[in-house]
Amino acid sequence: MKAAFDLEAFEGAYLTRGRMMLWLLILLAILIASLLIAVSIGSVPINLLRAISDTTGPDHAIFFGVRLPRVLMGAAVGAVLASAGVALQALVRNPLAEGGILGISGGAALGAIVALIFLSTSAISDAIVPLVAFGSALVATLAVYRLALIEGRLEPFTLLLIGVIFNAFWGAAIMLVNSVVNFYYAHNILFWLMGSLEAPSYREVAIVAILAALGFAVLMMRAREMNLLSLGDEAAAELGVEVERLRRAIFFSTSVMIGAAVSVSGIISFVGLIVPHVLRLALGSDHRLLLPASLIAGAAFMIIADLVARVVIAPAEIPVGAITALCGGPFFIYMLRREGTKPFSL
Amino acid sequence: MSDRRNGEVVLRADDVAAGYGDVEILHGVSMELHAGELLAIVGPNGAGKSTLLKVLAGTLARRRGNLQLLGRSLESYDRRALATIVAAVAQENSVAFQFSVLEAVLMGRAPHLGPFHFETRRDLEIAHAAMEHFDLLELARRPIQELSGGERKRVFLARALAQEAKIALLDEPTAFLDLKHVGDIFSRFRALCGERGMAVVATLHDLNAAALYADRVLLMKDGAAVACGSVEEVLTEANLRAVYDTEVYVGRNPASGALMVLPAPRRA
Repeated sequence: MKAAFDLEAFEGAYLTRGRMMLWLLILLAILIASLLIAVSIGSVPINLLRAISDTTGPDHAIFFGVRLPRVLMGAAVGAVLASAGVALQALVRNPLAEGGILGISGGAALGAIVALIFLSTSAISDAIVPLVAFGSALVATLAVYRLALIEGRLEPFTLLLIGVIFNAFWGAAIMLVNSVVNFYYAHNILFWLMGSLEAPSYREVAIVAILAALGFAVLMMRAREMNLLSLGDEAAAELGVEVERLRRAIFFSTSVMIGAAVSVSGIISFVGLIVPHVLRLALGSDHRLLLPASLIAGAAFMIIADLVARVVIAPAEIPVGAITALCGGPFFIYMLRREGTKPFSL
Repeated sequence: MSDRRNGEVVLRADDVAAGYGDVEILHGVSMELHAGELLAIVGPNGAGKSTLLKVLAGTLARRRGNLQLLGRSLESYDRRALATIVAAVAQENSVAFQFSVLEAVLMGRAPHLGPFHFETRRDLEIAHAAMEHFDLLELARRPIQELSGGERKRVFLARALAQEAKIALLDEPTAFLDLKHVGDIFSRFRALCGERGMAVVATLHDLNAAALYADRVLLMKDGAAVACGSVEEVLTEANLRAVYDTEVYVGRNPASGALMVLPAPRRA
């Protein structure tokens, strides 16, 4: 006996173009709302209309000179960290992976600091620093991955431990650099350790946005393969995935993305963990939707987190990395305990 | 049982050796697989059954020997082309993130789809048919993690079916399954052998299942083929005693007439 095929019976159980578009539009609306809120609130009240119409007034200067680039940078960095988090989680088949936790951001930060010290007088340091950060992010990613891989198996807790150790190691190396350079750099170095979005230039925003777009485009082309990778290397290969090639693509593009973000904002942890987790609960695990959704939601999340960082103790401010870490720490422990109770397999 | 050996040879292994690290598991196995047949691979633990399947699936590189798929060397296929011809289901399967049963079955369509294509109505029809065969329609929306071991196994078998491959390589397809589903699965794959000329290779611990459902049996021990042929030729008391190192009784099942194997160690 053959049951009649009824497409509607499957409604909502798999990803359709319509469902994907609907979700992305909803998230886009949230992003635009948080953008508008973030540019209109700050330690100095400004009038948005006057800022746009009166090009010589102080409102204009504050809006275009300070607030807008900062909000845009927050959006770019949040988008990068959240979507790179999704890709890294697919790579290691574990929802607890993230650039900050795995020590990739720390490696990138060390590279960026060293580059900054040696190149600070050079005119092209804007472009070189993100590249060096990318290179060191790649080295950090490969190191954590290779060291956690024991007899071809990637155990979640080995991976997390090695990430934690790398984090401490990079932190120590950064402190070492800090203690041998002059005072002028010391402030900058603290800024790297506890990420912040203070005073970016449009040029920096543009560089991060371009690198992020390149990395993200590569990830998007691999989205379906990331779904297959959650079945394991062998099953993915049997379904037509060149697993090694896919891995390399994820290594490179997430390193470009995280390196770019870290080179302008330092180490901002946990964004790549919180955003993907909440999205997975709401949207399911299909990476074709999860990747663009995390790009948009990550941007919105970071804009709001930075808004909090700017206003809670205004006119002083908290580094945004402290805000995300304060929320992210407890969240991570909650996830760890939750995952620990499941027969979650690698 | 009908002799299906007249089907063309779809997969041929000549003197294939393979292993992991320093350990060689397969020491030169030769076999042929014909279109439309169900070949059971049996043998004790550690005989190299799963390793042989991995080599045939192209996921484990062989160290020696030659493999021909549809008259061409297995290496000449790229991964995606291979996935449209050969479907494989491993003994143990895990999924790292929450996917619905339908999403998991639709993954079998991946080799047929480009990176930006959404599944078409036809893909969904194929998934629907595959899920129907394995009694999964009711579970379509459930997250795979919530299923029992046996249900999950059926999801992965349905995925292999949705792949619409010519050859299916199944590693212990009926472990964890209850009697009814064991029967259903083998009748399903036998029907596919007949209708689509699909060739199925299944490793089996259950010799009675092999006797009941297989066209031919490959008996392995210590990484080598001991015997290969029809059920009657291979599952003899002498062969099984030599391979399993224990006394067995081979008779006829009075109900079905099929060959029946029972352990018969002498009582202390």
